[in-house]
Amino acid sequence: MPKQVKDFTLIGKRMLPSGSCLMSFVPSDGSRLPKIECGQFVEIKIDDAPSAMLRRPISVCDSRYDTELVLFVKPLGNGTRRLVDEPIGKRMSIMLPLGHGFTVDACAGKRCLLVGGGVGAAPLVLLARELKKHGAHVAVAIGGRSQADVAGLAELYEAADEVTVSTDDGSQGHKGVVTQNPVFGREWDRIYCCGPTPMMRAVGRIAQESQTWCEVSLENHMACGLGACLCCVEKTDDAGNVCVCTEGPVFNINRLESWL
Amino acid sequence: MAVNLEVDLGAGLRLKNPVLTASGTFGFGHEYSDFINLNHLGGFIVKGTTLEPRQGNPAPRMAETPSGMINAVGLQNKGVDYFIDHIYPTLTDYSSEVIVNVSGAKLDDYVAVARKLSSLDKIKAIEVNISCPNVKAGGMAFGTTCHGAAEVTAAVRKAWPHHLMVKLSPNVTDITEIALAVEEAGADSVSLINTLLAMDIDVERQRPTISTITGGLSGPCVRPIAVRMVWQVAKKVHIPIVGLGGICNASDALQFIMAGATAVQIGTANFIDPTTTVKVIDGLEDYCRRHDVSDINSLRGII
Repeated sequence: MPKQVKDFTLIGKRMLPSGSCLMSFVPSDGSRLPKIECGQFVEIKIDDAPSAMLRRPISVCDSRYDTELVLFVKPLGNGTRRLVDEPIGKRMSIMLPLGHGFTVDACAGKRCLLVGGGVGAAPLVLLARELKKHGAHVAVAIGGRSQADVAGLAELYEAADEVTVSTDDGSQGHKGVVTQNPVFGREWDRIYCCGPTPMMRAVGRIAQESQTWCEVSLENHMACGLGACLCCVEKTDDAGNVCVCTEGPVFNINRLESWL
Repeated sequence: MAVNLEVDLGAGLRLKNPVLTASGTFGFGHEYSDFINLNHLGGFIVKGTTLEPRQGNPAPRMAETPSGMINAVGLQNKGVDYFIDHIYPTLTDYSSEVIVNVSGAKLDDYVAVARKLSSLDKIKAIEVNISCPNVKAGGMAFGTTCHGAAEVTAAVRKAWPHHLMVKLSPNVTDITEIALAVEEAGADSVSLINTLLAMDIDVERQRPTISTITGGLSGPCVRPIAVRMVWQVAKKVHIPIVGLGGICNASDALQFIMAGATAVQIGTANFIDPTTTVKVIDGLEDYCRRHDVSDINSLRGII
């Protein structure tokens, strides 16, 4: 799918208790969205923000009705704080679709565990729906520090067969980090993970030990999003430093043994 | 009114318009082909190429700063042989000029790369990078003394029969002295400026933001410095100047041209808007029409 850069209009915002925001955009010219694979991302330009000159890479949470692009944005730095404050009706330049998404092929009948932490739960929404559409059994495990971190997330996975929540302090769901969730005691054919790096490493190691197929979605800092600047590289076992923006953001852990 | 945008950098390097892409910001061109027609460019300067493959520096390699960014990629590339075998064949059909940026850790490396590239018909020019701040050996070490800069230029000059552009570092006391030294040593043009040595600290983590601690600053924040240096160099040398540093639009590009540049390079702006180059070209033509200028060359060095 060719990449494109075009104006989108912000048509909806829903703040979650964690402070993160679900932001819905439609192409300003009324055109349809390009086909977006689950796990791909967009780069969005924040206007008139000298401290956020570069586009912000944001993973695609959902794409609906061929027109609506849903991004899940956590206000972490200068750029994303500005982004969640943008008013409804705002036109913004978005470059998409970018990167290499999750593997959905041949998932029929497979038991798939989707593990998300914080804002990393976002790309798993589209993934859950795609896997379900292709006949997989889909379980989602969400992790967060406390109830406020995870509130409103479980409802996003309407396609999943089961959703379980863990919080570090036990204020919602199972107490403890997500890898202590009993769901990890079961056998899985595939594990998909997106979240903070320590969480992805922990999940990746569990998958490695049990020799379970596993993909993680990395969130390295990036500039161009096109494989030109070579700023976002991750060291892989097979090819050395590769661009997360084009070869990733999704990687099978069998390429990342030194990262694990 | 017909407007002439064609410029001549001498020694066989004529560009259909003055807009080039800066090395390291445009990959090998194809990364941007979904967004623009590469044949519209004056030319593109491909990623820094070294004799041997290089893995570059460890991550993190980038820090965003006000109206700019610091990078420390460290010349990650697959080496000149890979370029010749796998990349060059993808470049031969473009009507735009393709210039290869050449880097090295030692003098012999530059010479060897230049010699290998000299067999490629499409490559009418190389840009010798004596100004990369992100490699331990070579790179900027050559570009910060008149002796080192002249030594590399003279050595490559013997191995490279076509247009020889030398990319200068701004991290010097007087860039005009370096420019004069490379002109004397046989350069056909100079490009300036490479990135400014810079540093950013993540105060929450109490650590440098990038793995190499220091890196190269680029983007709109460096433009006024770059324009000043182009203007200073233009007063001293007789060879053409290619200006770069933070150009985001036609107006920025015109500053460099009026300061004395024959052509310009677009760098960091490619990361923000992948169509910047063609917008600059269109904007230059529009400017000329509005100001009743029939030839862009007549604007060069008017300041």
